[in-house]
Amino acid sequence: MVSALDRKLLRDLRHLKGQLLAIVLLVTCGVTTFVGSMTMWRSIMRSQQDYYERYRFADVFASLRRAPETVARRLAAIPGVAEVQTRVVADAALEMPGFPEPVTARFVSIPCCGPPALNRFHIRAGRTIAPGADSEVVVSEGFATAHRLRTGDRVTAVIQGRKQSFSVVGIGLSPEFVYEIRPGDLMPDDKHFGILWTSRRQLEAAGDMEGAFNDVAARLEPGASEPEVLVAFDRELGRYGGLGAFLRKDQVSNRFLSDEIRQLKANAVVVPSIFLGVAAFLLNVIFTRLVSTQREQIATLKALGYSNLATGFHYAKLVALVAMLGTALGVLGGIWMSHAMTGIYAQYYRLPQYFVELPWRETVIACALSTTAAALGVFGAMRKVVRLPPAQAMRPEPPASFHPSWLERLGVDRVASAAGRMILRNVGRRPVRFALSSLGIGFAIAILVVGWFFFDALDFIVDYQFRNVQRDDAMVTFNVPLSRDAVGELRRTRGVLRAEPFRAVPVKLRSRHVTYRTALLGVDPSGELRRIIDYDTGPAQVPPEGVLLTSKLAEILRVHPGDTVTAEALEGRRPVREVLVSGTVAELMGVSAYMSLPAIHRLMDEGPSASGAFVSIDPDLERPVYARLMSMPAVSGVTLRTAALASFTGTSAEYMLFFASILVGFAWVIAAGIVYNSARVSLAERERELATMRVIGMTWIEVWLILIGELALQVLAAIPVGCLVGWGFAHLAASSVESDLYRIPVVILPSTYATSVAVVVAAAIAVGIVIRRRLRHLDMVAVLKSKE
Amino acid sequence: MAVQDVSAADARGAAVLAARGLTRSYRMGEVEVHALRGVDLDLFDGEFVVILGPSGSGKSTLLNLLGGLDIPSAGTLAYRGKTMDWSDAALTAYRRDQVGFVFQFYNLIPSLTARENVLLVTEISKSPMPAELALELVGLGDRLDHFPSQMSGGEQQRVAIARAIAKRPDLLLCDEPTGALDIKTGRVVLEVLDRIHRELRTTTAIITHNSAIAAMADRVLTIGDGLVVHVDHNARRVGAAELAW
Repeated sequence: MVSALDRKLLRDLRHLKGQLLAIVLLVTCGVTTFVGSMTMWRSIMRSQQDYYERYRFADVFASLRRAPETVARRLAAIPGVAEVQTRVVADAALEMPGFPEPVTARFVSIPCCGPPALNRFHIRAGRTIAPGADSEVVVSEGFATAHRLRTGDRVTAVIQGRKQSFSVVGIGLSPEFVYEIRPGDLMPDDKHFGILWTSRRQLEAAGDMEGAFNDVAARLEPGASEPEVLVAFDRELGRYGGLGAFLRKDQVSNRFLSDEIRQLKANAVVVPSIFLGVAAFLLNVIFTRLVSTQREQIATLKALGYSNLATGFHYAKLVALVAMLGTALGVLGGIWMSHAMTGIYAQYYRLPQYFVELPWRETVIACALSTTAAALGVFGAMRKVVRLPPAQAMRPEPPASFHPSWLERLGVDRVASAAGRMILRNVGRRPVRFALSSLGIGFAIAILVVGWFFFDALDFIVDYQFRNVQRDDAMVTFNVPLSRDAVGELRRTRGVLRAEPFRAVPVKLRSRHVTYRTALLGVDPSGELRRIIDYDTGPAQVPPEGVLLTSKLAEILRVHPGDTVTAEALEGRRPVREVLVSGTVAELMGVSAYMSLPAIHRLMDEGPSASGAFVSIDPDLERPVYARLMSMPAVSGVTLRTAALASFTGTSAEYMLFFASILVGFAWVIAAGIVYNSARVSLAERERELATMRVIGMTWIEVWLILIGELALQVLAAIPVGCLVGWGFAHLAASSVESDLYRIPVVILPSTYATSVAVVVAAAIAVGIVIRRRLRHLDMVAVLKSKE
Repeated sequence: MAVQDVSAADARGAAVLAARGLTRSYRMGEVEVHALRGVDLDLFDGEFVVILGPSGSGKSTLLNLLGGLDIPSAGTLAYRGKTMDWSDAALTAYRRDQVGFVFQFYNLIPSLTARENVLLVTEISKSPMPAELALELVGLGDRLDHFPSQMSGGEQQRVAIARAIAKRPDLLLCDEPTGALDIKTGRVVLEVLDRIHRELRTTTAIITHNSAIAAMADRVLTIGDGLVVHVDHNARRVGAAELAW
C-alpha cells in the first residue's frame, strides 16, 4: 500500500515533470560523458594489456644496418634478456592497380617454421604463410581494408630495385603495429602505407641479408635493469650500424596507443568532472529553490506531526528518484557512447578485440555524486524551513528587508521605471541566489565554448600545419643519404617544380640524465617548402650554428636557449658532439630539432648530402611524377601532404569532433534546463505578487516583462562569466590532451564566444515564451483568495 | 488589565492544557512585535472554548503556542500536568499524538485527494478512525477522491477538519476556521465542528474575530493586545444553526 506521503511524491513528480526532466537530463549528460569515457578508457587499456600479453609483445627493440645471425646469441646472453627474435625488415614501393599515388610498405620477416617467438600476429582472415612458400604475404588489416585486398589477391612490390609479385594468403594484426604508421609520420595513412609479413628467406634474398638480420626484438626477464640492457645492446650493435635500442615505451605504435589511453583517461576525468560538477551545482541550485517553493507544505506536514526526519526523507526520495533515473539513462548513454567511440577507435587502433565491460564502479560513483549534490541542495533548503516553528513557516515568508540596491545607489534607478526598480530590488535582495543562477547559466555558455573550441583548434592546426608549415606537395625519402646530385635529378624530373634537400640524422639527444631519440632535421635556411613557424610568434629562422628545438623537446630535455645538448649520431661515423641550443620554437606537431644544412654537414663531418627532398609538383603532372619517383631505386618513400592532411582530419579530428559534438549537445540541455528552472521557480515564488500586479491593472505583458527582466539580467551577467570560465575550461581541456605527438593551441574565435552566447540567449527566449503562456493562465483570484 | 481564569480549576477537574505567563515576541522584518505579553489560561476536558479578539490581538499566536506550532519567548505550558518540553522531537510527538489543527487557509496538500489528505495523518497516528469515516463525519463521504482544487473553500475546510479529527486528538484547535468563508459556508463548517464536539467530546478551542460565534462556546475568552482581557461563561450553548450572524 502506497502511503499518502508517497502519493504526494508521485503527484509532485508529475506536477514538476518539466523541471524534473530538465534535472534528469542534466544528470544524464554528466553521467554519460563520465561513464562513456571511463568505460572506453578501461576497455582500450584492458584490450591493450591482453593483446600485448597473448601475442608476446617485445620489451626492447633495435634496428641496425646488418649483423650476422651469430650476434643474436651474444644479445641473448646479455643479463636480463630472456628471449631474442631477429628479423629482416625492408621498405619497398608497392604497385597497386588503379591507384596512381605512391604506396610504400614495410616488409617484416617471419621465421620459416612456426610462429615468431615475439610480436606474433593475429590472423584476422585466411592463414599464415606456408613453410617454404616464398611468394606469400600476410597483409596488415588497415592496408587491406583501404585497398579492399582479400586472400588470393596479388600485390607487386619493388624491394631494393627488384620487382616481385606476392600472393595474399592472410589478413593480420600485430601488437607492434596497433597504430599502423609509417616511421616519421604522425598519423596512419592506410591508403599509402601498409605492413606486409613474408618469409625470412624471401627478404634475405631480396635485401642481400643471407645469414644476417637488420632488426631485433627482445623480451626481458622480470626485474631486469632496462638501462643496462639498452647500453649492452648498443655496445653489441654499434659496430653493425645500430640505430639505438629502445624500450617498449618508446616503440612508436605503443607510444601512440599509450598516449591515447593516457589522453582518454584525462578526458574521462577532466571533461566529465566539469560536467558532473556543473550538474551537481545546478542540482543544488534547482533543488534549493524547489524546496523553498514547498515551504508551506513542509510546515503543514510538520504541524500534522511529521518529524523533520520523515519530512526530510520524503524529499530525499524525490532527489534519489531523479538522480537514479538520470544515472540510469546516463549509464545507457555512456554504454552507447563507448560503443560509438570504440567504433571510431577500431579504425585507427587495430586490436584483435575490444573488451567492453559494464562500468559498475563508475555507475556507483556517478550515482553517489549526483545524489549527494542534489541532497545537499535539498537539505540546505530544508534546514532553513525546519528550523522555524511550523506556525512561522506556514506563513508566507515575511517581507524581506528591502533596501535600495547597490545598483540603485550607483544611480541606475534614475533610468529605471517602477517595474525596473522592482527587478533591481529583487536582484539586490537575493544577491547570492542571483549570482548562483547566473553562474549556472554561465556554465552552460562555458561548456558550449569548450565544445566549439575543439573545432576552432582543429581548424587552426590544419591551417597552421598543412598550409603554413608544410607547403610541399610531397616529401621524398631516400634509402640512404645521397649526394646532392640525387636532388638535382629530382629537380630535373618533368612536373617537379621545385625540390629542396633535407638531411635527417637519427640521433640521441642528451642533457644531463635525460635522453631522447629523435632525428636532427637539416634544412635549407632559404627553403620555402617547409617552414619553421612558432604558432605564437610566427616564422622562425634556422640558425646558422647550433640547433633549434621545439619548445616541447626543450621541456623534455630541460634545456633553455644558450645551453648545450649532446648529440649522438646513429649513422655514418656516429660522431658524438656538443651542440648549442640556439633557440626554441613552439610547434603543434611532434618534437623536432632543426639545424641548417651546412651546420648538420659539419656535425656529421660530411660533404653536401641529402636524406631526401621536399618537392612541389605541377598539379597537371602528378601521376607521371609519382610513377617516376616510385621507379627510382634510391627512393624509399613518398609522403603526400594531402594524404597526411586527410589522415589527420580522419583520425584525431574525428574522435575529437565526436566528443565535442556530444559536449555541444549537452550544453544545449544545460542551458535550456537551468533557464527554464530558474524562470519556473521565480514564477512559483512570486505568483501572488504577479497576481496582485494584474489585479491593480497591469497588463500581463507588463507583468511578464518584470518576470523576464530578472531572467534577462541573470543571462546578461552570465555572459562575461561564461566566456571567462569557458576560456579556462579550454585551457584545462587543451593541457589534458597535450603530448609529445601533438598539442592543441587554445584558439577560441570570437564567433565561438558569440555562438555560445547566442545559443543560451535563444534558450532563454524560448523559455520566456513558455513562461508567458503560463502567465496568461495565472488565476489571480484563486491566488489572492487562498493565502494571507 | 489581565484577567486570570485559573480560579475555577478545582471545580472542573484537571486542565488538559495550562498556560502560565506565555509571552511571545518576534521580529517582522525590521519591527519587533510583542504578540503575547503573559497569558494565563486553562483548557478543561471536553470543553468548547471560543477565543475572541480583533486581528492583531495575539490570538493566533496563542493558538500556535497551545498547539505546539511555535515556541514562547517566556512562560510555561503544561499538558495534562506535564510541563511542555520545547524540543523539536517533543513538539512533533505532541502535535502528532494529541493535537488536531484546523487552519484558516486549510493548508491541504494540493497534490493529494481528500481521502489522501486524511490518510496523511491517520497513517502516523496511534488509534485513528478510518479516513472515510472522518470524511463521513464532516459530510464529505461522497467527495473522497476529489483534489483540493476541485472543491469549494467550505469543502476544503471540512476536509481539514476531517484530517484534524481522524487521529481522535485530545485537543482540537481551530484558527479562524470560517475566516476565509462566506456566512453560509462558515455556518456549515461550524455545524460540523459543533456536531463533532458533541459526538466525540474532544476539547475544542476556536479562535475567531467574529463575536457571533461566541454563543456556541462553554466559555469565551477575549484577547486584546497580547493579554486575556475578559472571560465569559455561557449558561447554555447555542447550536451553529441558531447563531445570529
